[in-house]
Amino acid sequence: MQVHGQGGLPSKSEDIIIKNFSLTYENRQVFSDFSLNLHSGKWNVLLGRSGVGKSSLLKAIAGLLPTRLFEGYIKRKDGTDIDGQISWMTQDDLLLPWLSILDNVLIRNRLRSSRNSTPLIKKEDATDLLEQLGLGNSLGQKPDTLSGGMKQRTALARTLLENRPIVLLDEPFSALDAITRAEMQELTFKYLENKTVVMITHDPLEALRLAHFIFILTGPIVCKAKYFSPESSPIRNLNNPEVMNLYDELISELSMSKGGKI
Amino acid sequence: MNSIRVIIVLVGLLILWHFTVEITSVPSYILPGPLAVIQTLGNQFPTLIKHAGYTLTEILLGFAIGTLLGCGSALTLATAKPLRAWLTPVLVITQSLPVFALAPILVLWLGYGLPSKVAMAVLIIYFPITAAFYDGLRRTPKDWQALAQVMNASPLAFLIHVRIPLALPSLASGLRVAIATAPIGAIVGEWVGSSQGLGYLMLHANGRMQIDLMFAALSLLALMAVTLYLTTDHLLNRLLKRMSLDDLKT
Repeated sequence: MQVHGQGGLPSKSEDIIIKNFSLTYENRQVFSDFSLNLHSGKWNVLLGRSGVGKSSLLKAIAGLLPTRLFEGYIKRKDGTDIDGQISWMTQDDLLLPWLSILDNVLIRNRLRSSRNSTPLIKKEDATDLLEQLGLGNSLGQKPDTLSGGMKQRTALARTLLENRPIVLLDEPFSALDAITRAEMQELTFKYLENKTVVMITHDPLEALRLAHFIFILTGPIVCKAKYFSPESSPIRNLNNPEVMNLYDELISELSMSKGGKI
Repeated sequence: MNSIRVIIVLVGLLILWHFTVEITSVPSYILPGPLAVIQTLGNQFPTLIKHAGYTLTEILLGFAIGTLLGCGSALTLATAKPLRAWLTPVLVITQSLPVFALAPILVLWLGYGLPSKVAMAVLIIYFPITAAFYDGLRRTPKDWQALAQVMNASPLAFLIHVRIPLALPSLASGLRVAIATAPIGAIVGEWVGSSQGLGYLMLHANGRMQIDLMFAALSLLALMAVTLYLTTDHLLNRLLKRMSLDDLKT
């Protein structure tokens, strides 16, 4: 276990480097000169209390924040941009109620611009994946006939079919009941293997279950992230002694942090 | 069940009306009884239908044109930021100016015929449609906007496939208001200057003390307005239900 600054794993050229990141939102400074190294091909979990600025950071990585709001450098280690290599999954499944499950996961084909070179997602690929995710019998159904877990699995399928190397997860499991959440965590972990995953959560247990690397963001102004890298590899069982030890530590770190309101 | 209740209420009101006239023996040039009105409806049916058809044309044309203009404005407002600052005052003016005050001018400019009444109806429904649809378009969930941006979606495709359908429940509210108020525009237009239509017929009958004909025209107008509203409401509900948007909060 490492409880130090950035270190441990040798960095790879595909890692995402955040350097000198500063963000002021509505006259409140949220990040100041913040730096972070996100490991490629691993689950990087950003843990922090509500309002600490996790979402803003994730949005900045996704290129969703207007550049006038923040300063800093977010690129791959080799200097290449990460635009167009990202897919995005949120707590809200964002399924369109008038489209079938199959059409929902194929939505990118409708939304892509004509001059865009992104290849179309093949219908067979979508069907295969939905079948693997246990939705084979629901392809033609509309979202309002599905359970919360099935909807979230559909959203997962849509995210996976994007087939991008970086996946940003914005508290994707927080609206699910305990059982569905555990199932979804496992499924998502399994299907996002080898992708660079950046997930934000306020739940230390979720972080401990899924993360290769945990970064704790502490406010009110986030300057650096405390870094945890558990020795065992995810997915971890919650009765794993390391999880139990780290849980206390994470909780005490978090309780020292003051989250602001965003 | 519901329609039975409506019929009971209607019949009840008619009976109440009948006995009010009987008991108070109010002269028929003030308030004719329901039977007299029904009789006139029968006798003057061809005239009434002719004028009703004229008014209906005005309403439907006004509704169609107003809807097109309103949707066009809402789409412009939602997509073209620079134009927003210019269009908003126009919208506010069309809403805050009492449309009735414009009726004489419209008749002066567009004549006694159909166009001035259609223009009145258009003016009355333009704002509710624009406001409702624009409101819906503005409320595209933030997460969806983020998803579209990350997917590199084309703004036009995003508008067509996500934003407009998600705004349909709001547009539907605007359309309900519009179909309920469009007849007002048409009738006011006819009052100010016309030689046809139920509004004209009412004024005409009033001038000749044919109060029963006035009431017959009024009943027909009421029937038409209610039918238009219920039909529109029914069709909109069916569309939203088919799109599973019926319980979506807007």
